[in-house]
Amino acid sequence: MTTAVAAPTARGVVNPHAGSASLPVQVLVLARRSIKGALSRPQGYMPAVIMPLLLLTINSSGLSDATRIPGFPADRFLDFLLVITFMQAALFATSNAGLGLARDIEEGFMDRLALTPMRTGALVTAQISGAVVIAFGAAIVYIIIGLATQVDFHSGVLGVLLLLVLATWTAFCFAAIGAWLALRSGSSEALQGIFPLLFASLFLSTLNMPRDLIEAEWFQVVTRFNPVSYMVDGMRSLIITGWDGRALLEMVAVLALVSGIGIAGCARALRRRQAQG
Amino acid sequence: MQRSSEDNGIEVRGLVKQFKTGPKAVDGIDIDVAPGEIYGFLGPNGAGKSTTVNMLVTLLPPTAGRATVAGWDISTQGPDVRKTIGAALQAVALDNFLTAREHLRLIAALQGITGPRARTRADELLHRVGLEEAADRKVGGFSGGMKRRLDLALALVHEPRVLFLDEPTTGLDPQSRTSLWEEVRRLAREDGVTVFLTTQYLEEADVLADRVGIINRGVIVAEGTPAALKAEIGAPTIEIVPTGDDDRVAMSRVLEQFGELHPEAGSPGSVAVRLDQDLAKRASLVTIIRAIDEAGLQVAEVRQHDPSLDDVFLAKTGRTLEGATDAEAGVAEPVAR
Amino acid sequence: MTTMPRFLLAARAVAWRHLYKWITVPANFMPTFIFPLIFFGGFAGALGRVGDVPGFDYDANYTSWIFVFSLLQTCLFGGLATGFTIAGDFQSGFARRLMLAVADRRSILLGYVMSTFARAAVMSAVVTGVAALTGLEVLGSVAELAAMYALALCLSICGTLWAAGVMFRARDPQLGPAMQIPMFIAIFLAPVYVPLDLLEGWLHAVASVNPITYVMQAARDLLAGHPHDTSIAVYAIAGLMGLLLVWALTGVRAAERAGG
Repeated sequence: MTTAVAAPTARGVVNPHAGSASLPVQVLVLARRSIKGALSRPQGYMPAVIMPLLLLTINSSGLSDATRIPGFPADRFLDFLLVITFMQAALFATSNAGLGLARDIEEGFMDRLALTPMRTGALVTAQISGAVVIAFGAAIVYIIIGLATQVDFHSGVLGVLLLLVLATWTAFCFAAIGAWLALRSGSSEALQGIFPLLFASLFLSTLNMPRDLIEAEWFQVVTRFNPVSYMVDGMRSLIITGWDGRALLEMVAVLALVSGIGIAGCARALRRRQAQG
Repeated sequence: MQRSSEDNGIEVRGLVKQFKTGPKAVDGIDIDVAPGEIYGFLGPNGAGKSTTVNMLVTLLPPTAGRATVAGWDISTQGPDVRKTIGAALQAVALDNFLTAREHLRLIAALQGITGPRARTRADELLHRVGLEEAADRKVGGFSGGMKRRLDLALALVHEPRVLFLDEPTTGLDPQSRTSLWEEVRRLAREDGVTVFLTTQYLEEADVLADRVGIINRGVIVAEGTPAALKAEIGAPTIEIVPTGDDDRVAMSRVLEQFGELHPEAGSPGSVAVRLDQDLAKRASLVTIIRAIDEAGLQVAEVRQHDPSLDDVFLAKTGRTLEGATDAEAGVAEPVAR
Repeated sequence: MTTMPRFLLAARAVAWRHLYKWITVPANFMPTFIFPLIFFGGFAGALGRVGDVPGFDYDANYTSWIFVFSLLQTCLFGGLATGFTIAGDFQSGFARRLMLAVADRRSILLGYVMSTFARAAVMSAVVTGVAALTGLEVLGSVAELAAMYALALCLSICGTLWAAGVMFRARDPQLGPAMQIPMFIAIFLAPVYVPLDLLEGWLHAVASVNPITYVMQAARDLLAGHPHDTSIAVYAIAGLMGLLLVWALTGVRAAERAGG
C-alpha cells in the first residue's frame, strides 16, 4: 500500500510531499475534501434533499388521479414519481462538482495545486467522485424511503441494486457536465446561471407522464430529444415495470454518450486551462 | 415632538449599548460636540467607536441613556435625525451594478431630492470629490480610494448639517487621505457642518479634530483639544547622545536637574529625561545645552520628543493605542445583524 | 419641483433600483423568466391527459388550468426573488445605506413591493404569451380576465411581504430556503393539478383551508368565464395581505433593532 498522504489538509494548503502518492490516492484525498466541503454546508444540500421529497409527497398525492388515465403504467403515482428523487440527486451532483471546482479555480486552489507534484486532473476527478459518492448515499436513502412507503420495486433485489448503479452513473454524468462547465467558465456565478437549464431538462422530460400518454405534440417531441427522458424511463422501469430491456438499453446508451461528452469536455477544458497557465 | 435645540451640535448623556453577549460595548458615555466643530473619536478596534456612531446615526437603538443630534432625539425622533445627518460608515457599501452618478441620484431621491436639483447636486459632488471622469462607470471597477470618495459624496447629497465619518481613511493611500482631510476641514470651516469623526489614526485626529475624545472598552477615558490632552500628560522628553560612552553617567547627572530620567525612552547610548512640568515652562532646550556645556560634556546628537496622543492613551489606559488589537481591546464590536 | 411626498419618493427610488438591476443584470433577469416557463411547459405539456380523468370538470382546456397555477406561481415566487435581493443588500451593507438615507424605513418595504408588482406584471404578460402559443383557451370576458390578473398581482404583493418579513429578520441569503420552502408548500398544497373535489385524504383537508386554494379556484373560474365564489377569494387574499403586511412591518422593525 502506498504511504498515506494528507495532501491539501485545508483549502489552499498543499502537502509538498503529495507527489509521492499515486494518482488514486491523490484522488481519494481530494475527494474526501470535496465531500467534507459539500456536507459542511447544510444550506447547500438541505434544499436539494427536502425539495424532491416535498415534490414527491405533494405531487404523488395531488396527481393520484392520473393513475385513472387509461394505460397509466402504475397503480400509485408515488411509485411512478419516485424516480424524481434520483434525478434531483443527480442534479445536485452537478452543483456539487461544478460549484466546488469553480470555487477552487476562483480561489486559486487549482493554480496552487499546479505548483505541486499533484496532478490537476486529480482535483477534477476528485470533485466529480465526491459528488457521485454523495449522490450514491442519497440514492440509498431514497430507496429506503421508497421501501418505507411501500413502493413495489417490480425488478426485485437485483433491480434495486441496478437502480443504485444507474442512479450513481446518472449522477456521474451530471457531475462531469458540471465540472466541464466549471473548467470552461472558471466562475461559480456563470455556473449558477446554467442550473435553470438543467432544471428545465428535468421538467421537460417524461418525469410526470409516460410519453405515450402525453397529449401535447410539442411536448412529445421535446421529451424524445431530451436525454433526461431516457434516464428517467430506464430507472423508472426497474421500479414499476420490472426488467424492460429496451428502456434499460436506451438509458445505458444515453448515459454512455453523456459520460463520454462530459469526460471529453473536462479533458479538453482542463488542457486548455493548463495551456493558458 | 419638539426639537431640544436649534443648533447642529451633538449631545450625548449616559449612552449605553449592551449586546446579547459580552460586556457593554458602550458604557455610559457623555459627549458634547459644538456646532461646526470637528470632533475626533479615538480608540482601538473594538473600543466602542462604531457602536457609538451607529447609535447616533439611528442604525442601532441604545440600551440606555439619551442623545440628541442637531436637537433631535436619536431614540424617538429617528426620521428627523436622518433628515439632518450624513454618514460615511466604516464599510463602504456600494452597489457594484450602479454607476457613481446613479448612486448619487438614488440617494438624492431617497432623501426626497429629484429633478434638476438632484442632477445639479450630483454634478457638483462628482466634481468636488474628483470623480467626474468616472461618473458613468459602474462602481464595481472602482479602486478603494474612489469608493471612499464616492461614499463621502453620498453622505453629502442632501447637504447635511451633521456629518458622521466612521474611519473614513482606512485603506486609503496618503494622497487620497490628505484630500479627504481637506474636504472635511472645508465642510466644517466653510459650510459650518458639525463633523463626528472616528479614527484609529492618531495623526488624523491630531491634524483634523478641534477636540478629541478617547474611548477604551466603552468608556471615554480622556477628552479635550489635542494640545490640551498632550499638555495634560506632561512635558517633552529630551534625549541626548553624548560623544563618548564614558560621559553617560556625567550626562545623566546634568540632566537629572531638569526632570526624571527615562532610561527606556531613548535609543541605546543616549540619556533621556522627561522634563518636569514646572521646569518645562521655564527651561528651554538652550538652557539644557548650556548646562551640558558648562559641565564640559560633548554632545553628538539631541532629540526632543513632544507628547503624542499615543502617549495620552498610554497614560490613560496603560497601553499604546496603535498597538492595541481587538483582543486586547476587550469588547469586540459585533457586526450588527 | 415635485410635490410627491418624501415617503413615496423614497419608495419610488428603491423600486427604480430594483427594477433597473433586474433589467440590466442578466443573472437577475434570466431565472425570473426561466423558472415559471419551465413549470408551465413541464406541467401543461406533460399532464394534458389529467384533464380527462373522471370528475375533472373545467370548461377550458388543461393548458388553461395549468396556466392559472403558473400565473399565480410566477407572481408569488417573484416576491421570493425580491427576498434574495433584500438579503443580498443586508449582506453587502447596502441596506444600511438605504436605512440611513430614508426618513421612514417603511418606504423601503413599499419600494420593494412596487417593483415586484411591476415585475410580476411583466412576467404575467410573458407567461400569458407563452401559454397563448401553446393552446391557452380563454373563455372569460375582458373584465373577468382583469379580475384574474388582479388576484394574481395581489399574490405577488403577498409573496413580497412574506419574503421581506423573512429577510428583514434573517438578513442572510443563505437562509433563503426558510423563505422559499413555506411558499413552495403553500402553493403546491392547493389544487394544482386537479380540482379540490378530486383531491383525497390529507391533501384535500389541507387544501380546503389553504387561502391560496380559493384564489386559484376563483382565478380559474374567471378565466373560464364562470366566476363564482370570487368574494371568498377576495376575502382570502385581503386577509393574507393584512397578515403578511404585519409580518413585513414587524420585520422592518426587527432590522431596525438589529442595526441594519
